[in-house]
Amino acid sequence: MADSKDFIAGVDSNAKKSPRRIVFITRRTSAQVKAETEDQIQTFPEVLFRAAVAIMTLSVALVWISLLFNAPLEGLADPSHTPNPAKAPWYFLGLQEMLHYFPPVVAGVLVPGLVVMALIVIPYFRVNIEADGLFLKDREKRRRIFYVVAIALSIFLLLFNVYAALVPTLIIVGVMLLAAHSSPESPSAFRRYLAARPLSYWVMTWFLFELVVLTAIGTLFRGPGWSWVWPWQGS
Amino acid sequence: MAKTIDQRFDDLRQTRVWRSIFRSGAGSSTLKRALAIQQNVFLHLFSTKVRTRMLSFSATWYLGTLTLGTFLILVATGIPLMFYYHPSVPQAYADTKDLQFVVSSGLFLRNLHRWSAHAMVFLVFAHMFKVFYRGAYRTPREFNWVIGVVLLLITLLLSYTGYLLPWDQLAYWAITVGSNIASAVPLIGDKIHFLLLGGNAVNANALLRFYVLHCMILPLTAMIFVAMHFWRIRKDGGLYAHSSEPAVVRANASEFPTSPKTGEKWGTPSSLRAKEGQ
Repeated sequence: MADSKDFIAGVDSNAKKSPRRIVFITRRTSAQVKAETEDQIQTFPEVLFRAAVAIMTLSVALVWISLLFNAPLEGLADPSHTPNPAKAPWYFLGLQEMLHYFPPVVAGVLVPGLVVMALIVIPYFRVNIEADGLFLKDREKRRRIFYVVAIALSIFLLLFNVYAALVPTLIIVGVMLLAAHSSPESPSAFRRYLAARPLSYWVMTWFLFELVVLTAIGTLFRGPGWSWVWPWQGS
Repeated sequence: MAKTIDQRFDDLRQTRVWRSIFRSGAGSSTLKRALAIQQNVFLHLFSTKVRTRMLSFSATWYLGTLTLGTFLILVATGIPLMFYYHPSVPQAYADTKDLQFVVSSGLFLRNLHRWSAHAMVFLVFAHMFKVFYRGAYRTPREFNWVIGVVLLLITLLLSYTGYLLPWDQLAYWAITVGSNIASAVPLIGDKIHFLLLGGNAVNANALLRFYVLHCMILPLTAMIFVAMHFWRIRKDGGLYAHSSEPAVVRANASEFPTSPKTGEKWGTPSSLRAKEGQ
């Protein structure tokens, strides 16, 4: 009985592009079929060649940098003589900047721990997979939640005098406000773009912005006693 | 007629010695090119084919490839640096000085290692954000994203442990500042701090521990995770291109036939064609 079969079989053969494939698709288990027929290119040699060129270009750049700039080397380590300021490597200076405002258990343990946790769980939340515009559904409710969170976060940062983190936060909040009052029908392409941004986009962009600003401040603008100095003032 | 370089290379690939080493022979057929990837223990981590669209610079900015590049440079420069270095106090500092002023090309070697390390940290971050903004963490790539986060942490630890090795003021106090954060962990903070440094302060034990971590444990761990990372790209359907994902394709394919049993829509290979959105 032809009607009772629970699968469909298909043959696809194009000797130039791919070897022959025979596909069986059952109703219940939808196999991960190669779903597209878009142009593909052989990894050998084309892709490997391009990767090699990319790596060689980078190597040439790094060799030039290494010829022109010497890696820093200071005096012998001396536990009795603390430099002021004592700075961590640059990628931790965002954290060190946070340590300036918050107790170590918050800035050094809680915040990085939460950031790593948040990064790990990103792909496991349906909201990040569907990635609908944040303010497209339940507009009024979501706006209210957004206002509460934005104001609470700003007051929190204000209370601890964390202006370095407050300014980027306010900028992101400003852009989000614009997004909250934009729609896919907006005449401006920029506002249509903003309206379509999902929650994860806003959180990640805020994180990236804070990371860059705090790291830059810790690297360039902090002098003795972690006081604010301008890069051109020197030490 | 003189042979071209390509032809000479093909002849070379046809020789018995070459075939004994690489198994796949000459020829530019799809099969031969696929075999060149499949039959190589390192290259078989990759797909035999890549979507042409994913080769464009804007698709990936080649950030993953470049990160691998910095890692390779770091291994290549790190091994000769080890020849000239003793992880002991204060010999470590003297060795670093010798690298600067005595060892031929030692200064260049150290410069290249250090700047490549900074570049790698930067590139790993850039790669992560690029992958995020493309949405390439989506099913079935969730776990490869997690492996990527692990690799980010390993990269930071690699850079951090390497930071101490010159044993100068910069190294000593950067590690002191960083390791003090570990003490802030509730209850077991001091124990972690002690375990990390092999003492209550940065000292000769800490230098030895960081050296072992930096030159042995962390690079090996990184290699294992990098191998998994690459292999999962192939297993999870190649480099991510949104319009090629099965879910998107299914949603776009309007010509799906209907199951005679349930009335649900389901696909056949001919109807599973992607409608190019881009």
